[in-house]
Amino acid sequence: MKQFKNHLSKRWLTVLTASLSLSVLTFSPVTQAVEGIEKEDLKFGFIKLTDMAPLAIAYEKGFFEEEGLFVQIEAQANWKVLLDRVINGELDGAHMLAGQPLGATIGFGTKAEVVTAFSMDLNGNAVTVSNEIWQQMKPHVPMTDGKPVHPIKADALKPVIDKYKAEGKAFNMGMVFPVSTHNYELRYWLAAGGIKPGFYAPPQDTNGQINADALLSVTPPPQMPSTLEAGTISGYCVGEPWNQQAVFKGIGVPVVTDYEIWKNNPEKVFGVSKTWADKYPNTHLAVVKALIRAAMWLDAENNKNRPEAVKILSDSKYVGADYSVIANSMTGTFEYEKGDKRSLPDFNVFFRYNATYPYYSDAIWYLTQMRRWGQINEYKSDDWYMEIAKQVYRPDIYMAAAKELIAEGKAKPGDFPSGSETGFKPPQTEFIDGIVYDGTKPNEYLTKFPIGLKAKQKVVDGKIVE
Amino acid sequence: MSNKLIKFFTITGLTWFVPFVKLCSGENPAHQFRQILQMIGVPLLAFIVFLGLWSVTAARIHTSLGAIPGPSAVWHEAGTLLQDHYTEREKATRFYERQRLSNEQKRASNPDADTRVRSYTGKPTYFDQIFTSLYTVFVGFSIATIVAVPVGILCGMNPVVRTGLNPLIQIFKPVSPLAWLPIVTLVVSALYVSNDDSWFEKAFLTSAITVTLCSLWPTLINTTVGVSSIDSDLVNVGKVLKLNWGTQIRKIILPSALPYIFTGMRLSLGVGWMVLIAAEMLAQNPGLGKFVWDEFQNGSSNSLGRIMVAVFTIGIIGFILDRVMQSLQNAFSFGRQI
Repeated sequence: MKQFKNHLSKRWLTVLTASLSLSVLTFSPVTQAVEGIEKEDLKFGFIKLTDMAPLAIAYEKGFFEEEGLFVQIEAQANWKVLLDRVINGELDGAHMLAGQPLGATIGFGTKAEVVTAFSMDLNGNAVTVSNEIWQQMKPHVPMTDGKPVHPIKADALKPVIDKYKAEGKAFNMGMVFPVSTHNYELRYWLAAGGIKPGFYAPPQDTNGQINADALLSVTPPPQMPSTLEAGTISGYCVGEPWNQQAVFKGIGVPVVTDYEIWKNNPEKVFGVSKTWADKYPNTHLAVVKALIRAAMWLDAENNKNRPEAVKILSDSKYVGADYSVIANSMTGTFEYEKGDKRSLPDFNVFFRYNATYPYYSDAIWYLTQMRRWGQINEYKSDDWYMEIAKQVYRPDIYMAAAKELIAEGKAKPGDFPSGSETGFKPPQTEFIDGIVYDGTKPNEYLTKFPIGLKAKQKVVDGKIVE
Repeated sequence: MSNKLIKFFTITGLTWFVPFVKLCSGENPAHQFRQILQMIGVPLLAFIVFLGLWSVTAARIHTSLGAIPGPSAVWHEAGTLLQDHYTEREKATRFYERQRLSNEQKRASNPDADTRVRSYTGKPTYFDQIFTSLYTVFVGFSIATIVAVPVGILCGMNPVVRTGLNPLIQIFKPVSPLAWLPIVTLVVSALYVSNDDSWFEKAFLTSAITVTLCSLWPTLINTTVGVSSIDSDLVNVGKVLKLNWGTQIRKIILPSALPYIFTGMRLSLGVGWMVLIAAEMLAQNPGLGKFVWDEFQNGSSNSLGRIMVAVFTIGIIGFILDRVMQSLQNAFSFGRQI
């Protein structure tokens, strides 16, 4: 079948010289960099979101080919399908939510060992509510010169939810996956405003709606706007372009970005199964090299390449949304209410601030949130958090790839963390509720939250017990 | 000559041309012109009216992706799809060229390096998707025919088998393809281990088998009916001549039942084509169905137009397939009407 098809497509290669809409790509033939690549034909999966950009750029700019890799990039139906296909080997690797490799490794959902050596980006999400909810929130939002003061806290949403409760109506919100960054960001934002987002109690209860004021459920990203329009949910947390799409279509209003919830938070990672990483170490290294180069290209010279990147992403093969919709956030602005366009140069960060380095402290933050909401429903020691982070996050592979790039003159040592990097960022203070996060003390961090599990607490039969 | 031509056009269903042939051979021009007007003028007029109505109503319906595209917008999208196809082909050519150069380099430095020529890793174009869908439907339909015809003959010849299989046929016939799909997907995943060199993709097999399961029944039922309703005189002649089983089937049963079998196959192919698009959409298997779903997911301002192009493509291909089967049916029914 395949041979037959190739034969056919070659026969069809009667190419007319069409004026190319995409920039003409010319790159030098392969200069094999990594020696002994075990597997040259690879298939990577992604979900139609702006932050899959490093994969698209590495392909379109020929970085994969220059590393001697023949890569196919394929859109997947949803996060679960994507993860399952990486685990069963149909895909060699994929664009994943930071929580997915961690969740899979600790066995929340599908149990399998998945590792990551490359963090794909920072920020890039937002919380959007329907027009109707926004109208009800607005009186509670502080204003200056007739414009809302940002960041908008969930305190403004609380009266709306209380009213829903009084009327006996459920307040539904959408997020993209139980272990998604969006789920934890939305919960963080809601809880910081005194709204209970609900607990999980695995293995019996994996809905995460125990004791909830706002009921969160899973909706695939591309369907968010239409689900909001249908009234099934009143708000959602999702990556781009699906927040700006809501503004363009006039069906919702983004109220807060994740940059405001936690400044420069890690968002997506490039995940592969542990068996794959062990079996093809050189291939893995080559892939990481290509991805680092793509990330550098995306952030090069003050984002000058972003318009070209947006053009590539708007191709139906990748994200496929309109150029103007993707460009909105990729080129440093973000539109909240229609017409309220604000400058957010760091809404999408692909390389600056060591965005691509897999920090242990980032992994541990996600684990603390899994513990906070009961996805990890028992006490774990600080050492356990450390151990899981080291199992899943592989800065050693990242640094090996960085060293090769430096040796080849494609990057400068100053682009990467120094050799003495511990993998822990200094205590981070820029959260929307002002709580300080120190990755070396996860249990102490958990005690700082008024809403959430801490110490020895567990959720049993819908109640929190000590 | 003209009679032969007329017969050919009648069999192939191209009856539009019959009056022209008659005109050329000088038969009553006034009557022929009326015929032409009836056969070509009326459908053409109806189509123009349809386009007009579509233009007017489409502009008034506003969805979240903008207004519903009218005929001109759809025509324009068809153009961009063609343009995309050429662009992608050009990228493919450059891809092969780069590969050739790098393989030469590899061979120069290491004579026994792995220099397989890899197929293009870019996206399948719209025409690739059409081809994939057609290929899938023919594979599924062929398997269905290969299974259904012998079973149908058996059912037709043997009342015991017929009554035995009847309940099963009645139960499975109305099952929607979408119900089969998850089962087929799981079974294929379990039994068929594919690697890079295997002939078929899992997704392709899943689609093809789903098509088979749904398009089996019309052929099976029609074959049964055709075989069981053979003129008893013919069967008796076979008995008198003491023909063996194989000769009976070849000389008596098949020729008599052929018109029925082809009618069944025509229905089967129609069902198969319809089922395939749904299966591709749901399972995200390559083909026109996936194209429609991807465009829906993209949600760009030209998505609706592209989906409309796909709708027309699916319709026209379905129509052509039906015509081909009808011609075959006419050719094999020896002038008898069923």
